[in-house]
Amino acid sequence: MDDEPAIRVRGLRKAYGDTAAVGGVDLEVAHGEVFALLGPNGAGKTTTVEILEGYRRRDDGEVSVLGVDPEVAQRRGAGAEAKRWRDRVGIVLQGTGEFDELSVGEVVRHFARFYPAADDPAAVIERVGLSDKVRARTHTLSGGQKRRLDVALGIIGRPELLFLDEPTTGFDPEARREFWALIRDLQAGGTTILLTTHYLEEAEALADRVGVIARGRLIAVDTPRSLGRRDSALATVSWRTPEGAWQRTESATPTAVVADLAARFSGEVPGLTVTRPTLEDVYLEMIGGAA
Amino acid sequence: MTTTETETTARAGAVELAVAQGGMEVRQFLRSREQVVFTLAFPAIMILVFGSIFKGTIGEGVKFTQYFVTGMIATGLMTAGFQALAIQIPMERDRGVLKRFLGTPMPKWVYFAGKVLMVGVIAVLETVILLAVSSLLFGLKLPDSPAKWLTFLWVSLLGITACTLCGVAFSSVARTGRSAPAVVTPVALILQFISGVFFVFTSLPVWMQNVASLFPLKWLCQGLRSVFLPASFGAHEPGGSFNLPMVGLVLGLWCVLALALCLTTFRWTTKRDG
Repeated sequence: MDDEPAIRVRGLRKAYGDTAAVGGVDLEVAHGEVFALLGPNGAGKTTTVEILEGYRRRDDGEVSVLGVDPEVAQRRGAGAEAKRWRDRVGIVLQGTGEFDELSVGEVVRHFARFYPAADDPAAVIERVGLSDKVRARTHTLSGGQKRRLDVALGIIGRPELLFLDEPTTGFDPEARREFWALIRDLQAGGTTILLTTHYLEEAEALADRVGVIARGRLIAVDTPRSLGRRDSALATVSWRTPEGAWQRTESATPTAVVADLAARFSGEVPGLTVTRPTLEDVYLEMIGGAA
Repeated sequence: MTTTETETTARAGAVELAVAQGGMEVRQFLRSREQVVFTLAFPAIMILVFGSIFKGTIGEGVKFTQYFVTGMIATGLMTAGFQALAIQIPMERDRGVLKRFLGTPMPKWVYFAGKVLMVGVIAVLETVILLAVSSLLFGLKLPDSPAKWLTFLWVSLLGITACTLCGVAFSSVARTGRSAPAVVTPVALILQFISGVFFVFTSLPVWMQNVASLFPLKWLCQGLRSVFLPASFGAHEPGGSFNLPMVGLVLGLWCVLALALCLTTFRWTTKRDG
């Protein structure tokens, strides 16, 4: 089983009525990897992830998650086997499930009971930054705090594999940074993570590899740095001429361009910038091309 | 956010888990004040209203309250089991609570065990309150023999079981949490009117009595009448007796039918979740 990747998907298909939500996805995520799935709304991200989580049935294809077919694990009567599989998988769904009248501490402690080797509830609450809300009823939490509670419930069982479906929606920038630190922390502990997100900087900051899904197909898989060959894309150098007009040029050797400019201006080049396409640039081009 | 790896807690045993789940449900119930007031006090409030309006007797010196209390106990059990669950479960389904439980290793039956424990606690509390208020204010005569208490116990237990199972089964009817009260309340209300909760059952049109005989509430009321009314009143029942074997049979059949529906139609996720 150790040669087996944490997640292996072959030819995954799922249609709702006549609409193909997922039209033949192949995907592999290695043990210990953080994989980010990017894509516009309705591209098939959540459908794919929920099939892997055992919530939805697929129409066709092979799926193995930690060596188990989630659909089999979810079947009635799968019993002990399904429970063992669920022990090893943590899930943070896109929507929050609310327990209005219970406190943060009560909910986390309750979920800890479900797992054979659950983490210490107080430590997990601390880890997601809700220590000062332990006694607060969950309905009094802000959107970002509710999301942190979701994450706490996702990791309380110390999963080998963690699914995070748009985990930081509604976070302020500071909370997002803290969340990233938590994810890096989990990754350092060996947790495999499959993340979906709308925030490209999030994928860039966290993911070992990103996959772009559009119209139910995985159209690119690569490291964030080289997705869409952006690492070898031309750099854009722009500056201002002595007359005040903006000038720009694309070049494979921007250092030479800058050196040349420096010589020409004999010192500071006014308004000098050197840029390469951002992840967002290549992403938008990709999904634009697929649409 | 720190990297502390601390001691772990072992998984709770199945029974322990079910009790914890029940405790969580009861705690949630007790913390929502409106629910507590309306659910626990409703039957007692109804007896206050009806007992104050109808001060007469229904023959042989038996007060109307003595008849009406049986309907109110039955209504209380139906509210706690059927109405509460058939409304609460779709709401929890909408809020994603069920989906979240499904994603954990919690055995599915534990969710239902938690609901059953909650219903049990509510049913006992509201029945005790109702009997206390009725005895103190309207001179209700409580059952006077161990045999009658035993009948009270098994009829209530079988009735609440049937209602609870029907509530879980009916929870799949409402498509959204918001529509649940609109779907469930009329069913409960109509059953109350045709099953002899508010009026003496035999004074209802025969066709209405026949329709009511198909549903559990009528039999629950009838079983409870055998406990709270003198034995001679059995002669006023449609079949000439309280017919306890039939009460047990119909309630038992409803348990089986509702259980079968629960097992085949229960939905953990909403339609849009696929």
